[in-house]
Parts: sequence; structure tokens; C-alpha cells
Amino acid sequence: MSGAFTKSMARNIFYGGTVFFFLLFLALSFDTHSQLPKRDMRANITPQIAEGKKLWEVNNCIGCHTLMGEGAYFAPELGNVIVRYGDEGVKAFIQSRPKEGIPGRRSMPQFNFTDEQLNAIVAFLKHVNSINDANWPPNDQG
Amino acid sequence: MQFKSQAVAKPYFIAAIGLFVGQILFGLILGLQYVLGDFLFPAIPFNVARMVHTNLLIVWLLFGFMGGAYYMIPEESETELFSPKLALALFWIFLVAGAATIVGYLAVPYATLAELTGNSIIETMGREFLEQPLPTKLGIVVVALGFLFNLTMTMLKGKKTAISMVLMIGLWGLAVFFLFSFYNPVNVVLDKFFWWWTVHLWVEGVWELILGSFLAFVLIKTTGVDREVIEKWLYVIVTLTLISGIIGTGHHYFWIGTPEYWQWWGSIFSALEPIPFFGMTVFAFNMVNRRRREHPNKAAVLWALGTGVMAFLGAGVWGFLHTLAPVNYYTHGSQITAAHGHMAFYGAYAMVNLMMISYAMPILRGRAANSNKSQVLEMWSFWLMTTAIVFITLFLTAAGILQVWLQRVSDTPLPFMVAQDKIALFYWMREWAGVVFLIGLILYIVSFFVGGKEEKTA
Repeated sequence: MSGAFTKSMARNIFYGGTVFFFLLFLALSFDTHSQLPKRDMRANITPQIAEGKKLWEVNNCIGCHTLMGEGAYFAPELGNVIVRYGDEGVKAFIQSRPKEGIPGRRSMPQFNFTDEQLNAIVAFLKHVNSINDANWPPNDQG
Repeated sequence: MQFKSQAVAKPYFIAAIGLFVGQILFGLILGLQYVLGDFLFPAIPFNVARMVHTNLLIVWLLFGFMGGAYYMIPEESETELFSPKLALALFWIFLVAGAATIVGYLAVPYATLAELTGNSIIETMGREFLEQPLPTKLGIVVVALGFLFNLTMTMLKGKKTAISMVLMIGLWGLAVFFLFSFYNPVNVVLDKFFWWWTVHLWVEGVWELILGSFLAFVLIKTTGVDREVIEKWLYVIVTLTLISGIIGTGHHYFWIGTPEYWQWWGSIFSALEPIPFFGMTVFAFNMVNRRRREHPNKAAVLWALGTGVMAFLGAGVWGFLHTLAPVNYYTHGSQITAAHGHMAFYGAYAMVNLMMISYAMPILRGRAANSNKSQVLEMWSFWLMTTAIVFITLFLTAAGILQVWLQRVSDTPLPFMVAQDKIALFYWMREWAGVVFLIGLILYIVSFFVGGKEEKTA
């Protein structure tokens, strides 16, 4: 790279290109926000779902599981776990984790949730399952 | 060294290496938990170990970036650092905050930590990579602002080169995009949408500016190639980075509730993301081939070439492998993602920091380069760690292909844990490659303490 293409031309392309593509990204983001209410089911969010999301966060569930494919890859996808286990199945699974784990197996901690908390977690997971996420995951196994 | 205030970089580099060791030890714990599920359970559950592993990575890279910037900016600006005292004070604040956070993760259950640290004031915890308690997050902002103030003031009173401008844009971007970590709406789609404004716009955006700038700086110093040429390359590379990487954020918006058009925007722009990395590889080799001097620090030149190649492979090639929406539909959130993550972070960000440390540390210790004996050892550590990460990536890729096939593509999809059991062999091989990585890292540290005849003083 020499001759006609100078450093100041390269610099101008850098600043111009960055600003242009950042503005394009902002425009796409604004458009996304106008479409999201139809897809993210925000109208259905109840205080119980909000509580479920909080429990999801403060117990660091994402440190082992994925949610809509994002998180850690140590334990199953939970965005559609309601489809696999049903409400009661999910609650029973969380409640029945042995405190000392299962010998030789990947084990989930025993969180000692109350019934109210378990209901909130299930409500949150059901809400996530209802989001229009372009038909992901490919099948019920997640 | 040319300016005595550059010496503040030294503690930053030492802390970076120390935290790097911690990261790798926890990586080995995690790798073992993949195959011996109850290893250290319930004392250190997987999610806690993973949080320590990824957070130590982020913190040591930030220490490396800060150390590198404190070393580079005075030399580029041709003036002493605005306030070396501030730089040292911020070092201790950041180190103590970082250590306290890690101790917090390990000492109490995460939910208790959240309660103790006032997560209910602003709920920001429990999101991947941004697990830090509120006081730590605020601490990061304070340290970042103090750091940027210090460097910006230094630059304002001195020379403003292209290399330091690109670095400062990268560092300011790092601070600005971190602010999105404080935004955590109840709506999980919005939460995820803006979470990526920190995570993606860091690693596939502004951090690449820091990478390019460090690489350009070390290439100028070690090859003696004309600054005009190097800075022109740098501008071209960072232009390609940002025009592909900003809209490339779209490859995270395929399956999280965002509109389907992101599958097109994300696929097309992120398919371009390997180009700037390829540019970096060509850049590094080209400059070294056209060198006008033989720099005595061969190890630093090796890291510079290595980071170009490995960033291209890890971030570029392994990123492209699963970035097209029809492919990603099957690979999303699988071991393929983990494979890419490991080689990309090592190749781009671990190696560029090791390059900067390799170049600057001998000078900070009063010599142009380490003894031949020490450099040979450092180059051994380069090859061991790099080969190990290549194998970690290959094994995880094999595991990922099998996982995707068994769990998602086959006519009779298997449950997650059944599929995991079937691919355990690859997790074992990954763990052994991890042990080799640790040996490489130990040799790396030993290389700092090996004497021998040193190259003449800098």
C-alpha cells in the first residue's frame, strides 16, 4: 500500500465508515424495537415472571444452562424445558436435587426454593418459551 | 525505557500474569467437572468455577490492556504520564476489588453475594460475563474513568499519533459500552439485546482497536518499518473491523426473539469479520519481512506473528464456521461455540497482551531484551500454549459436531445429558490438552527468572 493511497485517506475512511455503520446499526436497532412488542410478549409480563427472572439471575442459572442458546454449555437448554418436563416436572426436578450431588454425575445444587419461588421460576420459563425466537431450538431436546 | 513514568505498567503486567494463572487453574477444574461431574461438588459448583474462569480472563486482559496503554501512551506522546500516582492508586483499587469479587464468588452462595452487595438496588447480576456485584461494576467504572482521564491528559499535552488515537478510541469505547451492563430490563429479549452491546461490541469491536494498536506499536519498535506505512495499515484494519463488526452484532440476534431480518444482516456482515483478522496476519508478516533492523527481542516478534495467525484462526475461521444463520440454527449454544471462544480469546487477546508484556517487560527491567536462554524458554512456552489451545479447540469442535448431530440433527434426537456422555472421550482429551497449556504457562513464568547474558541496556 503506497503511492496514491495516503494515510490521511485511510484515516478519513476509518472515521467516515465507522460513523456510517454505527448509524446504520442504530437505525436497525430502532426498527427492531418497534417490532419487538409483537415478538417478546412483553404485555404478558407479570410481577411473578419478573420475580422468576430475578431468581434466575441471583442463582446464576446461566453459569451452567443456556437460555435461548446463550449461557454455559454444561447443562441443558431451558428456554423450552417446559415443553420437555411440564410445569410440575420442572418443579419436581429442582426440588429433588440431592444436597451432596449425585456421585460421578454432573449435579445441580439444592437451592431450597419455596413453593412461591418455584412457581415464579416456572412462570418465567413459560414466558421465555412463549417468545417468538424464529423457531429455535431445532427440536424439543434443545 | 524512554520515560520513567512508563514504569507504572510493571505492576499491571505482573497482576495480569498472576490472574492468568488463576484463570487456567479454574479452567482445568471446569474441564474435569465436564467428565467427573461431581468433582468439588458442592463446594465449588460448575457455575461458580466458570464465573471465576471467565471473570479472571476479563480482569487479566483489562490489566494487560491498562499496563500496555500506560507503557505505550507516554512513549507515543513523547511526554511523561500525566499522573503516575493516580495510575498506581487505581492499580491497587482494581486489584483489591477484583480479588474481593473472586473471594466473594468462592466464599458464599451467589444468591447471598447478591443480597450482601445490594443487587436489589440495581439488578445487574447473574448475566453471563457480567456477574460482578454492583460495587465491583461501579469500581470498574471508576477505575476506567480515572485511567482514561490520565491517558487523555497525557495525550493532550503531547504528540497525537494515529496509533495512540486508535488505542484511545478503543479504550473509550470499552468504557462506554460497559455502561450497558447496568441496563437489565425485566423483558428478557431487551435484556439480551443490550447485553450484547457490552459483550459483542467489546470483543468484536473496540477491543480489536486495542489489539491493532498494540500490534502496530510493537511492530514499529521491533521492525523499524516506517511509521507512515504501519499507521496506514492500522487504519485500514480497524476500518474493516468496525464496518464488519458493528452490524456483525446481528449474528447474536438470530434466535433471541429479535426480527428475522437479522439473520441476513448478521450472516452477511459477520462473514466479513475474518477479513480484518486476515489483514492483521498479513500486516504482521509483511512488516517483519520488510524489517530494517534486527531487534534482539525475538520472543516479542514471535508473539506478534502468533497473535496475527491465531486471532485469524480463532476469531476469523472458527467464527465463520458457525456464523451463517442456517448453520447457526443447529450449532447455537453448543460446544462449537465453546471451541470458537477458546481459540479466539487466546489468539486475539491473551496473545496480544503476552506480546506487549514480552516487549515491554525486559525494557522495564532495564534491558533491551532478555538473555538468549530466557527467550528460548519463553518461545517454548509460546509453542506449548499455542499448540495446546489448537488441540483444545479441535477436541471441542469434534465434541460439538457430535453433540449437534446426536442432539439436534439426527432423526431420533437424544436428550442433552445422554449426548454429553457419548462425547466424553473428547472432553478427556481436551482436559489433557489443558494440562499441556498449564505446563506452557509455568515455563512462561519460569522464563522471567532465568538469567544468562542479557542484551545491552535499553
